[in-house]
Amino acid sequence: MRYPPGVSQSDFDRAVRQFESAIGADWVFTDEADVDLYRDAYSPLWGEEEEKIPSIALAPQSAAEVQSLMAICNEFQIPVYPVSTGKNLGYGGSAPVLTGSVVLDLKRMNRIIEVNEENAFALVEPGVSYFDLYNYIQEQGLDLWIDCPDPGWGSLIGNSLDHGVGYTVNPYRDHFEAHCGMEVVLADGDIVRTGMGALPNAETWQQYRWGYGPWMDGLFAQSNFGVVTKMGFWLSPAPEAFRSGSVQVMKYNDVHELVRITAKMMYSGILNSNAGVQSPMQFAIGQNPEMQERYDRANEEDIRILDEFALSNNTPFWSSQFKFYGPREIVDSSWEYVKRQFADIDGVRYQDQESLNFPMPYEELMQTADENHLGVPSMSVFQLGNRSNFNPAGTNGHLGFSPVVPMTGEAVLESNKVLGKVLREMGGNTVFNVPPYSYHQRTFTILVGFTVSRDADVNRKTRKIFRELVKVAAEHGWGEYRTHTAFMDDCAAAYSFNDNALLRLQQTLKDAIDPKGIISAGRYGIWPKHIRDEEGKGIAAVNVNKGDKEKKGDNNA
Amino acid sequence: MRKSFLFLLFTLLSFGLFAQEGDRVQGKEVYEHWCSSCHAPGGRKHPGTSALEFIYKGEKSGVLEERLDLTPELVALFVRKGVKIMPPFRKTEISDKDLLDLGAYLSPQN
Repeated sequence: MRYPPGVSQSDFDRAVRQFESAIGADWVFTDEADVDLYRDAYSPLWGEEEEKIPSIALAPQSAAEVQSLMAICNEFQIPVYPVSTGKNLGYGGSAPVLTGSVVLDLKRMNRIIEVNEENAFALVEPGVSYFDLYNYIQEQGLDLWIDCPDPGWGSLIGNSLDHGVGYTVNPYRDHFEAHCGMEVVLADGDIVRTGMGALPNAETWQQYRWGYGPWMDGLFAQSNFGVVTKMGFWLSPAPEAFRSGSVQVMKYNDVHELVRITAKMMYSGILNSNAGVQSPMQFAIGQNPEMQERYDRANEEDIRILDEFALSNNTPFWSSQFKFYGPREIVDSSWEYVKRQFADIDGVRYQDQESLNFPMPYEELMQTADENHLGVPSMSVFQLGNRSNFNPAGTNGHLGFSPVVPMTGEAVLESNKVLGKVLREMGGNTVFNVPPYSYHQRTFTILVGFTVSRDADVNRKTRKIFRELVKVAAEHGWGEYRTHTAFMDDCAAAYSFNDNALLRLQQTLKDAIDPKGIISAGRYGIWPKHIRDEEGKGIAAVNVNKGDKEKKGDNNA
Repeated sequence: MRKSFLFLLFTLLSFGLFAQEGDRVQGKEVYEHWCSSCHAPGGRKHPGTSALEFIYKGEKSGVLEERLDLTPELVALFVRKGVKIMPPFRKTEISDKDLLDLGAYLSPQN
């Protein structure tokens, strides 16, 4: 059996006996083969000394059991790391930030407590996956849609707490924004309900999110202040129809109008789903060193030649795809309206794409361009990195660098240029480079994808590039929206306004809410006091980083 | 007599888990809950199937349910170890009993 740091073997042995008494020995995993199943399968630290590995794992079945376990952990000051379904692959999976932490595996807490069709909400436990909720709604024949991220096996709660996103419409597609009300177990085993849930006989826990007094929910996302054991989510009534189409513009500088008009329609609510900016010319430019050089430099002459190059390829320089959900008349007229807004751009082209009516049989939904955009969970995204003719060896996983940038044409060009330069100069082996996409309202997110390897040298190089991207992006005012556990300190360090005032505040809260510092040490850069003092984590690490001195642990790599 | 008894005991212990019979009906449920989203027919939306189709190039089926050469041991190996982008499954997801049933379901009937 592995032991957590800072806990004596005799104390841990006593705690394990108490864990077994609280939840049953079958659900206390101490055997190394069982605990190894909690390693991060997509770890960019795989097999290295710095890889984050848990000591044991506990699998409670109820909030009451979570309370018992937290009380024991608190008594013995045992570091504990809750995971929901453990499928946050690319962001750390089911492995803790602090090696030796006890994983609190909430997968067995998989009750769908309520799905209310009339008021369109669900109340679920952490082990409920998108597949589970979708299947339940289908089995019950409810007239509701869920909004799911790419892989369907993830937890609604876990994804939402990590600021995950989906693909249908506002406000459902931003999963933390779509939540309403939480139940949280605190470090000492106390249990609290947020929002209207604080009323003992609450009738609107999942309808009115603010409750009374300061809104606490934000404290429990991307943090380590409590263990969320229930959470409500708003759902969408099933729409009648779907329509998609793309707008294509021919010249380099057309990106400015394309994005300006898109943003205006988003802020007006005419477009309420996500949209991105793609360059159909990206591949042709990338294959042509002269054009790539001109794209990077982009002076007046370069732009003229790039435009001619695009014209000679009969390929638009930029395109955006738009999606519409709702009554048939409205989706059709919305698409026509949107097309008219771009009519003044010289040479603009439009392409009608899918036009669907619901309900549709599952088999037909799975034949559409992307079922995830229709609220149907699947695993089809894992084709990326899969073994194929394109990539015979396949990959051992992926991770993404994903900074948030403004929704302007200027930012599209600048971020492409700046991040692309880092990747090229450092020999970045990216598996997919996705242009800006509005995963969240009012901003674009750039997703630079990396493959993860079982070769430590490859991973070291990836980590070095990743950290350089974090640094360079921050210099331009762009920060990560979410990151892998290997980079949480680095990304937290970038949010350094006023001598890291935000992280200092988060540390103050951490020390007050979890005074023994047992929950998810290091998550999103927030370390408990005893580890900050002993190991120079938190602000100390940030300051070391700023001085360009060597940091402890894996950050040297 | 004593020697053959010990041999039998050793054999049973060696096979451990797989000496038991899995329940194919339960195994189908495990398969449908945990495996089919990647391994169902139709490689375009099922990455497990497309990866196996790429590997076997028609020599064997890319669909696990159509395979004639799977054994409970092989199924257990992939479930607990994972392969490439397929991660291993924890015991809170697929328990040892589930794994036994799944192995029985995916192995051809004798």
